[in-house]
Amino acid sequence: MIGKQEMKKVKSLVVTGYGINCERELAAAYKLAGSEAQIVHLNDVFLGKVKITDFDILNFPGGFSFGDDLGSGKVLANKMKYKRMADGELFYNVILEFIEAGKFVFGICNGFQFLVKMGLLPNVGNEHAQEVTLTLNDSGKFEDRWVYCKTNPELVTPFLKGIGKIALPVRHGEGKLIIKDEQIVKAIKDKKLNCLSYTDSEGNITAEYPLNPNGSDLDCAGMCDETGQVFGLMPHPEAFLSIYNHPDWGRMKRLHPELADDGEGLKIFKNIVEHIKER
Amino acid sequence: MINQIQLVLKPGVRDNKAERIIREAKNYLKIDTGKVKSTRLFNINYDLSRDQVKEFAEKGLRDSIINDYYINSLFKDKMYNSYVLVAKLPGVTDDEGISAQKTLADLFDLDIDVKRQHIFSQELYLFEKKLAKVTLYELADKLLGNKLINHFEYGEIPENILYIPEVKIKEHTTGETIDLNVSDGELMNISKERLLSLNLAEMQAIKGHFESEDVIADRIKKGISKAITDCELEVLAQTWSEHCKHKEFGALINYRNEETGEELEIDSLFKTYIKGSTDKVIQRFEAVGNNWLKLVFTDNAGVVQIDDERVFVWKVETHNSPSAIDPYGGAITGILGNNRDPLGTGIGGAQLLFNTNVLCFGPPDYDKPLLPGQLHPRRIFEGVRKGIEDGGNKSGIPTINGSIIFDERYSGKPLVYCGTGGVMPMKYGEKVSWSKDIDPGDLIIMAGGRVGKDGIHGATFSSAEIDENSPQSAVQIGSPITQKLLSDYMQEAVLLGLIKCSTDNGAGGLSSSIGELAEIPGGAEVHLEKVPLKYANLMPWEIYISESQERMTFVVEEKHYPALLKLADEREVELSRVGIFTDSGFIEVKYSDIPVAFLDIDFLHNGYPRKLMEAVWKKPDLSEPEIAEDINHNEIILELLSNWNICSRESVIRQYDHEVKGKTVIKPLMGSTGRAPQDAAVIRLDFESWKGIAVSNGISPKYGDIDAYQMSAGAFDEAIRQIISIGGQLPDPESKDIIFWSVNDNFCVPDSFYDAKTNPDGKMKLAKLVQMNQALYNMATYYNIPMTSGKDSMKNDFKSGDTKISVPPTILYSMTALISDIRKTVTSDFKSADDLIYQIGETYDELGASEYYKHMGYLGKNVPQVRMEKAKEIYKKVMEANNKGLISSSHDMSDGGLAVCLAECLLGSNLGAEISMNNKELSGAALLYSESHSRFVVSIDPENKGTFEAIMGESATYIGKVTDRAKLEISINGNELINLSSDMLEQYWSKTLREI
Repeated sequence: MIGKQEMKKVKSLVVTGYGINCERELAAAYKLAGSEAQIVHLNDVFLGKVKITDFDILNFPGGFSFGDDLGSGKVLANKMKYKRMADGELFYNVILEFIEAGKFVFGICNGFQFLVKMGLLPNVGNEHAQEVTLTLNDSGKFEDRWVYCKTNPELVTPFLKGIGKIALPVRHGEGKLIIKDEQIVKAIKDKKLNCLSYTDSEGNITAEYPLNPNGSDLDCAGMCDETGQVFGLMPHPEAFLSIYNHPDWGRMKRLHPELADDGEGLKIFKNIVEHIKER
Repeated sequence: MINQIQLVLKPGVRDNKAERIIREAKNYLKIDTGKVKSTRLFNINYDLSRDQVKEFAEKGLRDSIINDYYINSLFKDKMYNSYVLVAKLPGVTDDEGISAQKTLADLFDLDIDVKRQHIFSQELYLFEKKLAKVTLYELADKLLGNKLINHFEYGEIPENILYIPEVKIKEHTTGETIDLNVSDGELMNISKERLLSLNLAEMQAIKGHFESEDVIADRIKKGISKAITDCELEVLAQTWSEHCKHKEFGALINYRNEETGEELEIDSLFKTYIKGSTDKVIQRFEAVGNNWLKLVFTDNAGVVQIDDERVFVWKVETHNSPSAIDPYGGAITGILGNNRDPLGTGIGGAQLLFNTNVLCFGPPDYDKPLLPGQLHPRRIFEGVRKGIEDGGNKSGIPTINGSIIFDERYSGKPLVYCGTGGVMPMKYGEKVSWSKDIDPGDLIIMAGGRVGKDGIHGATFSSAEIDENSPQSAVQIGSPITQKLLSDYMQEAVLLGLIKCSTDNGAGGLSSSIGELAEIPGGAEVHLEKVPLKYANLMPWEIYISESQERMTFVVEEKHYPALLKLADEREVELSRVGIFTDSGFIEVKYSDIPVAFLDIDFLHNGYPRKLMEAVWKKPDLSEPEIAEDINHNEIILELLSNWNICSRESVIRQYDHEVKGKTVIKPLMGSTGRAPQDAAVIRLDFESWKGIAVSNGISPKYGDIDAYQMSAGAFDEAIRQIISIGGQLPDPESKDIIFWSVNDNFCVPDSFYDAKTNPDGKMKLAKLVQMNQALYNMATYYNIPMTSGKDSMKNDFKSGDTKISVPPTILYSMTALISDIRKTVTSDFKSADDLIYQIGETYDELGASEYYKHMGYLGKNVPQVRMEKAKEIYKKVMEANNKGLISSSHDMSDGGLAVCLAECLLGSNLGAEISMNNKELSGAALLYSESHSRFVVSIDPENKGTFEAIMGESATYIGKVTDRAKLEISINGNELINLSSDMLEQYWSKTLREI
């Protein structure tokens, strides 16, 4: 071995349990992006069997935690906020320390819903109070459909670096972002925390259904905090790891046989893994 | 003291629920509610301080952005003048209440028994209009809830509304004995009164058994009554039910075909045709040493080999009767129950990969008066759809394909077919994963939900006709979250080697699961007092046969129990040790050491008398209609596209998560607009290889109105051709490669047991069933495509007074096949202008039972015939063309024929098609709408023309080109018959279901 420097290993923790159900594809995403990925039951974290501080990225996957009874992500958010771990520490404080240490927290769909309900996003007031919510779609229905999104031109979070426009599937019944008041709306906009928006096929931000599938305030699909370390979104990048996930892959491949097999969603995971490696 | 917290949406927050209620009350019930407000109540029957209640409301329950809350005093607004409270009836699953308890426990670090109900969630709706009580009740029972599971209160808005659904059952003895030493009439009375669904011969067999001296001697020795106990009688009824024992598929049948004079004695339809065909297929593969069929028929699901590391587990079930009376509960327990089949196959713990659902309903615009107990088809449709949505989405299992069929004859009893595929490793440790070893001394462990009165008599109920007095306990509500925790836990425990084998608790509950497992070691001893209950004072027999959901039975070695229990505790799953397996030859059931059942296993499983049945086939007298040639085909095709059976299912499909797990490659709708309907679904197995599984459905009951054999053969062909269309390969017994095909057959038929008075055409119905089975046998053995599991549902009749609504004989073939490289699969939508369009396969004058004839008001006579030799030749050519990557799009032809197929190929694109055909032998209508089997529309890159035509020979006919005009243009013999924009086609196709 001549002068080959050992690459930094990036470690991703993907939590599961209590009705979370997208943990496997999320772990696969990190592995394809060149990171280690471990799926761990949340209770094993609470019991202290696994320490989140051993990881670089803490991931909250999609699913229906506790069946979304009491509203999406609510029961799990309560559990994380109020439950004491085996060592008496509040899990919530451990997450705050994790962020304080410069590490990353990522929530997708149900994961985004409880990041919001725990007050970790957008956190413009810096007090971790709930400032926005994700609730019933304007259509009143759960919907699985593909949408176009684009990133905020002034990006705060490394997750979305170089993405620009992206097509992704949404699969939710409660994805409508409601922002508490005008002050918070302004803060979110000023701080560029609305980092991902629903658009039409041309890339124009839109409120039109079903391009904006849920009627979100600011047509917002994803949001980060000021540090850019905490990021959540309703669409599912982990469900677009391969071009064969796209509903139009048949035509795309027929017209452009040279297209790679990677899906656009994978880029988000590669971004964060690269970012951590390069630090 | 009971505290009440009410959550109300803040002013200005959109109330979707209220909007839907206003709309549906107006559209379906013609009730003007005025403004509506939806609110939620949580009644807390747990001691909390005032401060705690407030803190719980603020932190635990409300969403501070959108909710206001009220404690012990209801929200008031003069705008609203009447109300409906929708609560759960005592004992009905209340997941929101249970989740609220968990949050309460977390919030205050309380040690609450969260599995007992202390918090009751309810919905309170306020209406602007001062509605009469009768109107409010109508809203409650027809729109907001279902009287079988809900308690309603309604009227003018009072000061307080407080209802606590507590189960109250009087204490009682551990059971009673029943004197069977009575007349035949009395025996039948016992069967009827106890809802046993046992016929006289069966009651007599039981009576005879209990009169035998050996049995009496054994019973005296055991200290149990000489006379049969209630528990024993209930267990026998469950075990001998049609649902569990398939007595009619095992019956001896005398079959006479009056058309051909053929007479046949059939010794079990199952053995002769279903198992018979699979046995033959297995032999052929084993002859070349290719043993990919690992487990067929004997366990909860069929098992076939994927590769050296993995096996595929596949099961399709029906849940018709429960869905008829409580559509949501019936469907959700159907899909969750079916999930437990692959989960409880062999050792168990399969990773569930996908769901599929096939549904048969009455048309949503059904306008006949409803019979007592009959729900409107639209309501059944919406309830079932929602049940499937929650059952699949909340479990994280993608619903990747399905089908919906509308026919008035399903308006009494709908058919709800639920399918689930899963993957197990080839081995857990040293043991093959599909093994089911049980030794005396192994523990019987029940895991999951607690036991209540839910679903008591489910197995016997589904074997009986429904009437207006159907028992309320037949309804069960599923809890997807309970099952999700259970299945996650189980998958973990199996990998740790803690579970020796498992099965699910479905129909018949513990009595069935333990009864079936006990056959392996030869006995079991059960202690019912160990079973955790939802509420006190269930009778032992009720505990034993209860069908409370989300439960598995594990077989566990004593040494592994502590570790299994510890893991269960950490995963919030409840385990109970309910007994032990023995080799005594008996099932012994006790309640606190008092024997309540002592049954010989051999008698339990084989003691029922065999059924004898009569089948007579008479050819129906049918003819072809004469229809004038001057038809406006533009109008016809638009009407066909918008009819119930062809129109877009998008509004349904979008509400099912069809891509969770990130592996779905061919989804139900594809293309650049995401609207093109596809043939088979395709899902990847993992993220490391390109292997996948194709899933298809073959079902076409309408052809059975002319010919039941062709209906069954046609459905079989439809399922095959969908898989061929997307690029699948037929199995090849000459080759050692594994290309598994695994099929579930699901028969749903009306009562086919002849009775001069109550079922005068029973013999004809049974003859149709025989012919459906003969077609299955012929197709399966010809294509070497085996059945690996399945189901029969024999009494699909809805009865009310003298009126009976019977389903048409229906067979669903649910096919799965291994796809070696999903990148080579083909979708249905046209891809590029200038691609060449071909019809593959031949069109015949076969408009009988077609959508076109139905539209014109005829049935006809010329039903599509399956020509399997020709079809296989065609399929092999398509396989070769696909192997070479020559086909850009492929769509199989079915309902609506060529014209509808072409339109569907355009729906996912912005393209058009210019079609020109010359044919003097067939009418334009036959060319366009005939539903002849084994045909496809494909498009190819012009570059591939030579190679493609060389492979296909006469099997493909060039019919036109893909254009960029976004129009469907069809001319025949030089006359333009169709010229419509793709937009227009799409509009008609999409509007029907979207508008209901």
